[in-house]
Order: sequence, then structure tokens, then C-alpha cells
Amino acid sequence: MEPVVELQGLCKRYNGTDALKNLSFQLKEGEILGLLGPNGAGKTTAIHIILGLLTPTSGEVKVFGLSPVEHRFQLLPRLNFSSAYVNLPYNLTAVQNLELYARLYNVKEAKSKIKELLEVFQISHLGRRRSGFLSSGEQTRLNLCKAFLNDPELLLLDEPTASLDPDMADLVRGVIIKVQKERRMTILYTSHNMAEVEMVCDRILFIHHGEKKAEGTTKEVLEQFKTQNLEQVFIRIARSGDLLG
Amino acid sequence: MRASFNRIYAMFLRYLYLHQRSLPRNLEIIFWPVMDLLVWGFVTLYLQKITSSAAGGIVVFLIGAMIFWDILYRAQQTISIPFMEDQWARNTLNLLISPLRFWEWMTAMICYGIVKITVIIAVLAVLAWQFYHYSIGSLGFSLLPLIANLLLFGWALGIFTTGLLLFWGHTAEALIWGIPFLIQPFSAVFYPMSVLPVWLQPVSRILPSTYVFEGMREVIQNGTLDPALVWSAFGLNLVYLCLAGFSLRWMLVKARQAGRLSRLGSD
Repeated sequence: MEPVVELQGLCKRYNGTDALKNLSFQLKEGEILGLLGPNGAGKTTAIHIILGLLTPTSGEVKVFGLSPVEHRFQLLPRLNFSSAYVNLPYNLTAVQNLELYARLYNVKEAKSKIKELLEVFQISHLGRRRSGFLSSGEQTRLNLCKAFLNDPELLLLDEPTASLDPDMADLVRGVIIKVQKERRMTILYTSHNMAEVEMVCDRILFIHHGEKKAEGTTKEVLEQFKTQNLEQVFIRIARSGDLLG
Repeated sequence: MRASFNRIYAMFLRYLYLHQRSLPRNLEIIFWPVMDLLVWGFVTLYLQKITSSAAGGIVVFLIGAMIFWDILYRAQQTISIPFMEDQWARNTLNLLISPLRFWEWMTAMICYGIVKITVIIAVLAVLAWQFYHYSIGSLGFSLLPLIANLLLFGWALGIFTTGLLLFWGHTAEALIWGIPFLIQPFSAVFYPMSVLPVWLQPVSRILPSTYVFEGMREVIQNGTLDPALVWSAFGLNLVYLCLAGFSLRWMLVKARQAGRLSRLGSD
């Protein structure tokens, strides 16, 4: 079966600095892949290349077998994205924001879909409140509603629980896992919370300074590094930058 | 086609929603045009008083020019400012990864701009009549092709300046406000092109706005409009719109290569 995302020897160089160095990986249908690494490792660069926001310096990227730059408008209706660092317009209410994106993604029966998502993420009572007046945790949940609005086949989540308290983070993880299982959604997930990654991801990929450092299931990576948890793997990669173990 | 219409409508609504429950934003639409009208209007009344009766038509010329200049300026701003709104809100990335096409986005901004400019013209027309007994309607049907040409040129400038925002991000904001003023001295807004030094007149001739302002003065003076002025402006506008479209596309490609699209709104 053709992978949903395939990166082959991907390099990205900005102003003399290598953001990605010969990065290759595949993301299979129905899989949740955790893309991990310290700040500045190249995770967001990789996500933005997959979204077609950025062109690689060399190498190849295919999403559903197509180039995200050349076949942008064939691919975009099938994807969605949420990041702790991207917001929705603050002067629109939560519902107006979701209606805006429902129209952009041509969502059928948008009203019921919006109602359902607001309920799932427990922000129904905030529907008429302007986004600028929501707490950061509420805004994050609203961003996630937007990300699920078009039932994407491929969802890219960049630190989706970064500003959530443990209770809400647990709720959001639960929703992501449930929806992913129901719809066999493919998810690329970044997070600095290693316990969360163990819970959510089927497979993980560590990168540092734009290079792949480890890849496999949590069990395989722990065995490779001879450690008890991913936190230790993360710290060793971040501090040494080299493949250990 | 229906999906395109839906996306244009969605973005049009998104910009109209900017004005809901926001008195400052609603006042901002008319604040600067009204201030310009008051200052220019009273200056021209004063000039009329202290100069000979031959200068009697000066009010009509200057207030007409001021209103027309405002239409051009607002047309440019109504494309660039909504784009900046999304950068300020850190929403640009969400739009860039949605199925929204750039031409749909621009069309929504133009529709929003038409609504805004209609409000501005209406308010200025009422105030100009009230304070200076100047009727913008005195230009008759000549008004329509002249305004249409100003809008086209303003949109071309707006598309170009939006490209600068894509390419340079927030750092280009100062240029967005200033670029229309770069062409003002050469557009024969408040004086005829013949006033400019001979070596500057070729610059004036390649601007569609020059033909519009010359046309406006001709209508006020003789009551007729030379169709050649309208067609010259229209032809040049088509060239500028094409150039603006190409420059936007080029800057988009370059911004994508340089990683500037990813940083929009966060630089």
C-alpha cells in the first residue's frame, strides 16, 4: 500500500544553516507517527514542507503520492493542521470561526458538524464568545475543532496539548485516539511530552539538527537506547546529538 | 465553481465581521477621509477668499481631487490591510493550508473593499455638499469610468503590496502605508501634468491615475470627458494588474523557498 506521506532524502538549507539533512521517513495509512526532537530540531520545517508551505532544497516529498507544492489544491482538502503557535481570528466568535473554515473546506452539514465538535472538545458553552476572549487552553481546543472540521485523511498536529492543563490534555488525547481509530485517520504528531507520545503514537521518529536519530515503536527505540522511558532517550539525543546505544 | 463562491463569501464575511461590535474599526473607515476633506476643504475656501475670482473653481478642483485620491488610496488599503489583519491574528498559516486560492482571497478583499469605499464615498459626498456646496454628482456619468479606473489601479497596487507582505512579513508594513504616496506627486492629483518638469512627465504618463485626474479636471472645466483618457487609464490598468499578479506569484514562490511563508505572523 502506498504511504500517505513519504519523505526521501529531504534537505532544507536556510542562510547557510541546514534545517533538515537527508531526512527520510514514511507515514502509513491509519498510523500515528510521533515526530520528536528538541527545539530547532527541524520538526516544524518537516511539517511545513509536507503542507507545501516550504519547498525543500533537495530530496523528494510525496503526500498521497503527489507533490504538495505542485498538487497543492488537490491535496489541501484532504489535510488539516493545528499548532499551538497558530490562532484563529480573535474578533470572530468561536462559531463564526468554525463556519468560516467550514465554508473554506466546503464541509457538508456544517452546522451539525460544528455543534458536534464543540461538544466533543467541551466548548459548546463558548460558541458565541469571541476567540480573543478565550483562554489559551480554550483556543487550543477551538483550533482542534477547526483541524477536525473537514474529517481530514491526514492530520498534522504540532504540539496540540502544549497549553492545556492535565485534565484537558487527557481529554484531547482521548478524542484524538478515538477519532483516529474510528476513521483510520493518519496523524503526524509532535510533542515534548514523552508520556503523551507513548500513549498516543504507534511509532516515533527522533530528529536532531535536521537528522534522523532513531525510528521505530516506543519499545524498539527504548531497546535501542537501553533506557526505561522516552524522556531519557530525548535527553540523550538532545545533549549528544548522536545516535547512542 | 460553487466551492469557489463559498470560499469567496466566507472570506468576505470574515472581513465584514471585523466591524461587528467594534466602534473604533467602524470609525476608522471614515475618520481619515473625513479629516482630509475638512482640512483640504477649509484650505481651499481660504484660498478662494484671498485670491482673485478667477480662482473660484479651486474648491471644485481640490475637493474633487481629494475625494478621488481617497478612492485610490482606500482601494489599495482594502486589499493590503485585511491581509495584515490575518497576520496580526496569526491566522495566515491556517488560510494558506486551506483550499482557499489566492485569486479567491483577493476577490473577497475586493468585494469587501467595494463595500468600504461605497460607504466612504457616500459620507464624503454628503459632507462635501454640506460644508462646501460641492456635489460629486456634478461630474455626471463621467464619474463611473473614472472611479472604476481608480479602483483598478488601487487594487493593482494592493496586490503588489500584499506580495511585499508575503515576502517580507511584518517588516514591510511601513511600505504598505507609504507606497500610494510614492506615486502621488506624479499622478497629477492636485495639479495638471503640465506643471511637472518636462523630464518628469514621462513618469506621470505611465500612471493610469494621471489620466483619471486629468479627466476629472476636464469634466469640471468643460463638462466633457475625452474617451482617450479613460481608455489610456484602462489599458495601463490592465498592464499594472498583470504585473501585480505576476509579482505576487513570484514573491509567493520566493517566500516559499526562503521559508518566509512558515514564519508569517510570527516574525
